[in-house]
Amino acid sequence: MIGTGLLKGLAVTARNFAGSFHDPKRFVTTQYPEERTKLPEAYRNFPFLVSESADDPMGTLRCVACQICEKECPPQCILIEKSSDKKPDANGRMQLYPKIFDIDTAVCMSCQICVEVCPFDAIKMDQVFEIAATDRFTGLILDRQALAKPDSYFHQIRPTEAAEVEGRLAEGRRAAQEKARAAAAKAAPAAPAEPPAAPSAEAAKPPRPPA
Amino acid sequence: MIPGAPTGDTLLERAPVLLRDWLVGFLPGPARWAAGSLLMIVAILAVFGTLFAFLTLAERKILARVQNRPGPNRTGWFGLLQPFADGVKMLTKEDIVPRAADPVLHFLAPVALIAFSLLTFAVIPYGRHLVPVDLDSSILYFFAAGTATELAVFMAGWASHNKFALLAAMRALAQLISYELPLLLSVVPVVLATGTLSATGVVAAQSGWKWDLVPRWVVFTPWGAAGFVIFMISALAESNRSPFDLPEAESELIAGHLTEYSGFKYALFFMAEYFGMCALSGMAVTLFLGGWHAPLPLLEFIPSYVWFAVKLLALLLGFIWIRATLPRLRIDQLTRLAWKFLVPLALVNLATAAFWSLSAPWPGPLQLLRWAVALGLVAGPFLLLSRGLTAGLRPRVYRYA
Amino acid sequence: MNAVLILIALVTVGAAILAMSRRNLLHSVLLFAGSWAGVGAFFLWAGAEFAAFAQVLVYVGAISMVVLFAVLLTRRSREDLAPGPVSRSRAISAVLAGIAVAAVLLAAVAGTPLAVSAGPAPAVSVRQIGGELMGPHAAALLVVGVLLTVALLGAVVLAAGDRPENPEDAP
Repeated sequence: MIGTGLLKGLAVTARNFAGSFHDPKRFVTTQYPEERTKLPEAYRNFPFLVSESADDPMGTLRCVACQICEKECPPQCILIEKSSDKKPDANGRMQLYPKIFDIDTAVCMSCQICVEVCPFDAIKMDQVFEIAATDRFTGLILDRQALAKPDSYFHQIRPTEAAEVEGRLAEGRRAAQEKARAAAAKAAPAAPAEPPAAPSAEAAKPPRPPA
Repeated sequence: MIPGAPTGDTLLERAPVLLRDWLVGFLPGPARWAAGSLLMIVAILAVFGTLFAFLTLAERKILARVQNRPGPNRTGWFGLLQPFADGVKMLTKEDIVPRAADPVLHFLAPVALIAFSLLTFAVIPYGRHLVPVDLDSSILYFFAAGTATELAVFMAGWASHNKFALLAAMRALAQLISYELPLLLSVVPVVLATGTLSATGVVAAQSGWKWDLVPRWVVFTPWGAAGFVIFMISALAESNRSPFDLPEAESELIAGHLTEYSGFKYALFFMAEYFGMCALSGMAVTLFLGGWHAPLPLLEFIPSYVWFAVKLLALLLGFIWIRATLPRLRIDQLTRLAWKFLVPLALVNLATAAFWSLSAPWPGPLQLLRWAVALGLVAGPFLLLSRGLTAGLRPRVYRYA
Repeated sequence: MNAVLILIALVTVGAAILAMSRRNLLHSVLLFAGSWAGVGAFFLWAGAEFAAFAQVLVYVGAISMVVLFAVLLTRRSREDLAPGPVSRSRAISAVLAGIAVAAVLLAAVAGTPLAVSAGPAPAVSVRQIGGELMGPHAAALLVVGVLLTVALLGAVVLAAGDRPENPEDAP
């Protein structure tokens, strides 16, 4: 009969109206910026550089300025300039570090290719999106001061990925230390005439790149 | 009437009239009538202007809650300052008049629309002593002023020098004149039953309670209920409200006859639409819902204008509820609804009302027969006509080349 | 003759004169609507409420719509809206005919002795009008009703035409 559909529709809207006051399924708005929705772990926006410790972010950057990410970046938004001196890294070896590391977030398309190709787990994807700037050219370029964030922050935003990276790096460090100890043990009882170049060459081999 | 209960001359009832008389008393004799009328006009404008402002907010919040979201809640607590923010926005927008448009008509259209919409407020009895102008044929005046608003719709569409605005104005006019008929025809039975064309007379005829419990409102009779439904549907269409808001929908020829209007003139068109809605709801309350009468004798201590406001707000909330629920009708669907369904139904309703008033003096047991016949006369044509209305509707057959 | 009547007369006659003199046809129609509203105001001044509201309802509300639709649906372009006289002789004969009609009307109005009653005008209520229509003038009312019904049916027949319904048209 004509009109029954209308009445059923009116009942549906009335139920929605009444439910919006007490039923969370019928009131799905989060009051941004006072409340924020929980972002999924795999959410990504722009990259950031990982530092080992929070006390000395510039000094403990994992990045060795190999420039692989700069070459692989499709829109070419990364600018790297190598330093002239070397600093010891987490494994004790002397590595270069980036004097300039700029990412132009106006150009970056969040494709994550830089993360995928980095052999040192030095660049990872961040989750912040509230980085609006007042100048649309230089205001959107993040330099290495803005990009460097500690490893603890990485653990906080991406726990599972950070745990996997941590495991791999620890494994690499342990393997390197084992090799160094084995080489030192082999070299010590031998004649002092044998050059100590072999163990350092062994230890200088970089850890396996991430799979 | 319960003995000892207030009869209607309480201080609260007379308060607005006494206030007006006291204020007007400061002026000399000859100016008193003009000043009194001016005060009434200002009061109506203030009350319905504020009602319009908060009605837009209520509509947005209620629509939002139905759609599982909060609605405006940033401007002031619960968005209460939103209408004022909207008002400031509308007032500060640039007023664009197309170069080829007819400047006089383009300016006059919203003015004429608002003027005629406001004229209809003069005859509605808002309370026991609160009717601005008490005319002998005030219902006729109300609908006369209402039909004159259609001229302004046409002026808006034609003056814009925009063929789509003109087409949309023609469609809007077709909608408005199609629904004038059911609107007026649903009012005729009320006039027939109460024997008077004056709004105060109709309200007075609905006073009292049957068995001290059921009010003698028109809506509690079979023909009254049917007439009320027809009137509300026609009122929805007359004020261009969902589901009959084809003239102003964004997907329909941009904004229809309002396309070339911006800023305050646009706001005036919307104000006129809401005023029309309020005026038609006010007339529906007067004609069908007993006006300012209380529903139960023991609730008579609440002043009459409060009851009028409660009923008016209930009808307006019903309008908003319907807007939240129903999809829009196409122009051919709504004209078919008017001509093939509502007009015959309203005519049959007139016959039912005639039978009802002729059979009023029937003795006791025959009253049941009277109710049965009246209900049959209301339900029968409704079922038959609705079957005829949906007769040709089948799932569409697509033939591919 | 009080000021209100003179004002109403000026508005009504002025609107009619302007309507006749406008080149734009739609302006003429809207000014006509204004003069019909003026006639309604005159009825109101004279105390005939029912006639006044019926005048506004029918003329301003409905007949102006009819004229507007007729004008808009029959013109071909915007220029069609500004008609001018066909030829000079036509214009002259139109003016002469107008003068003749005006002369007849003036003679009729001036020659009729209008009886002025002593007391105030009686207030005719709608109930009395209804009683008159249903009683002594019932035949006229029925004839008008039949006429309107025939006109409505004729309009429906003319508008519907005899186009066969395309089954692919939306129901």
